[in-house]
Amino acid sequence: MLDVVNLTHTYGSGPEAHRALGGIDLSVPEGQLVCVVGPSGCGKSTLLRSIAGLVRPTGGEVRVKGRPVTATPDDLAVVFQDYSRSLFPWMSVRDNVALPLRRRGLDRAARRTAAAEALAAVGLESAAAKYPWQLSGGMQQRVAIARALAYRPSLLLMDEPFGSVDAQTREDLEDLVLAVRGHHRMTIVLITHDIDESVYVGDRVVVLTRAPAVVAADLRVDLPGPRDQIGTRELPAFVHLRSEVSRLVRGRPEFSMTPSQIDKE
Amino acid sequence: MTVANGGRLRGLALRLWTVPVVVAVWEAAARAAESVYFPPPSAILARLRELWFSGPPARLFLSDAALADFLPSLGRMFGGWALACLGGIALGVAIGRSKTLAGYVDPLIEFGRAIPPPTLIPLFVVLFKADARMQVATIVYGVVWPVLVNSVDGARYVDRLHIETARVFGLSRAERLTRVILPAAAPKIFAGLRLSLSLALILMVVAELAGSATSGIGYELLYTQQNFDLPGMWGTIALLGVLGFLLNSSFLVVERRTLSWHRRAGRTK
Repeated sequence: MLDVVNLTHTYGSGPEAHRALGGIDLSVPEGQLVCVVGPSGCGKSTLLRSIAGLVRPTGGEVRVKGRPVTATPDDLAVVFQDYSRSLFPWMSVRDNVALPLRRRGLDRAARRTAAAEALAAVGLESAAAKYPWQLSGGMQQRVAIARALAYRPSLLLMDEPFGSVDAQTREDLEDLVLAVRGHHRMTIVLITHDIDESVYVGDRVVVLTRAPAVVAADLRVDLPGPRDQIGTRELPAFVHLRSEVSRLVRGRPEFSMTPSQIDKE
Repeated sequence: MTVANGGRLRGLALRLWTVPVVVAVWEAAARAAESVYFPPPSAILARLRELWFSGPPARLFLSDAALADFLPSLGRMFGGWALACLGGIALGVAIGRSKTLAGYVDPLIEFGRAIPPPTLIPLFVVLFKADARMQVATIVYGVVWPVLVNSVDGARYVDRLHIETARVFGLSRAERLTRVILPAAAPKIFAGLRLSLSLALILMVVAELAGSATSGIGYELLYTQQNFDLPGMWGTIALLGVLGFLLNSSFLVVERRTLSWHRRAGRTK
């Protein structure tokens, strides 16, 4: 489904240049949910933006379904972290969800039906006529997820999708992702800086190093499903994996941050 | 509902009480002074009515003279304003979205808007004689700048995430323009439109005063002055004030409707 081959990206040039990606290799088979974790500022978002065709990487290649990505692929959707800027405040929730569906060749009635279905899937059928800014943060992010679902992508990218909501909402949204994934057969790449989250929702956790990022580890998550916020997190296997990822992200000396970097954070 | 209305009425009364007071003081002072140059408001009002508002009720009391003066003036003003808005928005959005284009035309815009519009009247008179085209040209040239500059600004600073979202979900160029860029730029564009509307009224009068017009409100102002009809002159001035007020108020109503999402979204943040 997705192949990332020796992907490198450098912002700027000369002495000011910042190497974000230092040669990433990643292959995601159809239907998998991969979580990508790494220290803050390690280039996770650059990786996602390269896959989405929003950034033209300076080296290497991204292929979706075998075809090199030059512009945004047809059946790819993104859920951004900043829902308040990603949803359009001048449109109702329904219109936000239905807007991308013109491209799918649906007429007005079919677009409305599809939007209503997607909103029902995230539990927001009653909010269709509201505006995004009338909803709480968690609900807005649900709208963004509904928009992606209605679009029926085969590859869904999520860029720290739950980074701006409170803990309770976060857990609800994690379970929502797991639930919708069961219904719609989708490949999902979820970027997060939350180690617990990556182990909880992922089939697989890919750990990146500090910038210039490379893949530090690629771990299978062998936890029984369906996952449960309390039960799953108590399992010895969960705790063990969580610690392992944790060590990989910040535990080892070569990945640890220098004091000056901590100041910057 | 009634409570809210009562509150609003009281608020209106609190804001407007100075108007009758000023008019009354003016009336008293003008009567005491007995100056030909400063007729009392009552005389001005009477003359205003005689000049323009003595027509039949079916025509909203507008007299023949009113139709002959208002229609051409307002027609030129709205015509010029509409032309400037269309051109300004189209060009402005194009410049705002294209760095290359902006690089070429930014200095030209800075120069063009620095020229006081009335200084071009002599040129327009030579080009178009003293007919309506000259007045429309003056209005268009004068009012296009606020629209243009605000449209450039609005289109240039559309949130990057809005644009990226549009790209990710494969919106066509036309959809990106009408569904994302124009709505995002609308608050700025409307600010430009409102400014240019009040400028359009000013330039309408200026063009009629300077361009030896044969009809129009500005022409009437000059005519009454030359015939030493001072109540008529004052009346015309007052009429222009009322007209400006009405234009701005009606524009605000439209703006509030169109941008209600913007006002309300801003309040929840």
